[in-house]
Amino acid sequence: MKVEELKTTAAQVRRDIVRMVHGCQSGHPGGSLGCTDLVTALYFHEMKIDESKGADGFLNFSREAKGEDLFFLSNGHISPLFYSVLARRGYFDIKEMATFRKINSRLQGHPATHEHLPGIRIASGSLGQGLSVANGAAYAKKLRKEDRIVYVLMGDGEQQEGQIWEAAQFAPHYKLDNLVAIVDWNKQQIDGSTDKVMDNRDLKAKYEAFGWLTVDLLDGNDMQQVLDALAAAKALLGKGQPVVILMKTEMGAGVDFMMHTHKWHGTAPNDEQLAAALAQLPETLGDY
Amino acid sequence: MKKYTYTEKKDTRSGFGAGMAELGKSHPNVMALCADLVASLKLDAFIKENPDRFVQCGIAEANMIGVAAGLAIAGYVPYATTFANFGSGRVYDQIRQSVAYSGANVKIAVSHAGLTLGEDGATHQILEDLAMMRSMPEMTVINPCDYNQTKAATIALADHVGPAYLRFGRPVVPVFTDPNQEFVIGKAWMVNEGKDVTIVATGHLVWEAIQAGEILEQEGIDAEIINIHTIKPLDEEAILKSVEKTGCMVNAEEHQLNGGLGDAVCQLLSRKRPTPVEMVGVDNSFGESGTPAQLMEKYGLNAAAIVEKVKQVIARK
Repeated sequence: MKVEELKTTAAQVRRDIVRMVHGCQSGHPGGSLGCTDLVTALYFHEMKIDESKGADGFLNFSREAKGEDLFFLSNGHISPLFYSVLARRGYFDIKEMATFRKINSRLQGHPATHEHLPGIRIASGSLGQGLSVANGAAYAKKLRKEDRIVYVLMGDGEQQEGQIWEAAQFAPHYKLDNLVAIVDWNKQQIDGSTDKVMDNRDLKAKYEAFGWLTVDLLDGNDMQQVLDALAAAKALLGKGQPVVILMKTEMGAGVDFMMHTHKWHGTAPNDEQLAAALAQLPETLGDY
Repeated sequence: MKKYTYTEKKDTRSGFGAGMAELGKSHPNVMALCADLVASLKLDAFIKENPDRFVQCGIAEANMIGVAAGLAIAGYVPYATTFANFGSGRVYDQIRQSVAYSGANVKIAVSHAGLTLGEDGATHQILEDLAMMRSMPEMTVINPCDYNQTKAATIALADHVGPAYLRFGRPVVPVFTDPNQEFVIGKAWMVNEGKDVTIVATGHLVWEAIQAGEILEQEGIDAEIINIHTIKPLDEEAILKSVEKTGCMVNAEEHQLNGGLGDAVCQLLSRKRPTPVEMVGVDNSFGESGTPAQLMEKYGLNAAAIVEKVKQVIARK
């Protein structure tokens, strides 16, 4: 997909996010909006996935992902973004977004496999676990000599979890050069800025010290830069080391009053705020 | 009382190692993961024959559980191994989210459970793991009693789709079960039929229950002994059928009284058939250093303790 089309898709995804969170009056719009460009680019441009469709017209989904690239969302609280991208990509009906976080829904507050929502391969939400799972999936692709890529997205607050660094030493040890991790470096977490809550210090130096190759993505909310960073990461694969993209984003990107603050990490907009947000986000593909 | 004898003593963990060695040959999708305890888990044979299907994870158990989940998603059948302490409490949340809730076909196979770990002391003597794993939805929990049963359970789990916790131990103990036994997950083993009391035992306490049965026989008490190797799902039918006949029960396990096999059985009986019960287990206490036999005696987890509880419970009938 061309960059203009990707921007069009991302605009609709942002509308979906805000509407979903408003619809149930709970959820995490900030990080979802910040990572919208990346996850849109992955699913609509970068990743090779099975394009075949079932009788219902939706994409066939195999949890094993043989022959496919695959993506894990470790910071599961940005689930509205994940759900919107999966629905818009064709894994399930966009109308199902209206059930987000409501009783008897497949769109749980945090992503889950339990209700068999197509597109989800692991539950996430309790932070710090996704990189380990991605390690296992990348290891499996190596064993099977499958030349495909495993992507995993993490938050920057999540980098405070000890398990991340257990996982960070595993991937280089086993030369998982088919693994691309992305850190959403928005410098915000629930209790405030990451610098104040628990300083991540120099994430790039940390990952390099652990044996990773790094790619700097200076503006993760600029679609062309996102595409360039993903291409740069891909070019570094196959050289015996895993790759991490350090992606600077703005939490709440696309909605002016949700930006430059941690306050919209886990807060839902009221009716008035929804209207103000939607006024900034063009309906490009039709609301659900 | 049916006669049980043994010609050798072996550790249950060696039964696990033997089971893995067989799976290495029979199941190409089985993998082994370990957190720096290969010799303790008796994985040498598996690794020697299948080096590409072994993943050394280092002293990083949380990551190991996640890696196992990732391998399971890809269609492998990973056995994530370490000491029971580090394969349960230390990684409870990883097992809960990445394995059980995610329906990942991961086997958590852990050694050195309970007091019989011995001299290393209470830091390593996990006595709460059955409670943790039993309370987790969709988790199968197995605690076999000797070398042969552990081997059979290890092999059976490879064809069981779903998360499981397999718990075994360090010391050498009598090998008294059939080497060619069929291990059916969730199906209790009738060790001895009797009419006066039901003794339900798991793990290392099964041999102690047999010893207790022989002592009781000399005193004119006819004990029915049931081995519950699968704590979850519990063989409710076997237990209910037995107490219908005997009218009282003693359960025995190398675990806290809180949350273990005893609690599972009492929950069943209180709902379906209220029955007097006495319990053999560790009573709200940590362990300590000592030899396995010394510890089992001090904490009341041997044949003598079972005999005493049997007399108490019969008096309550």
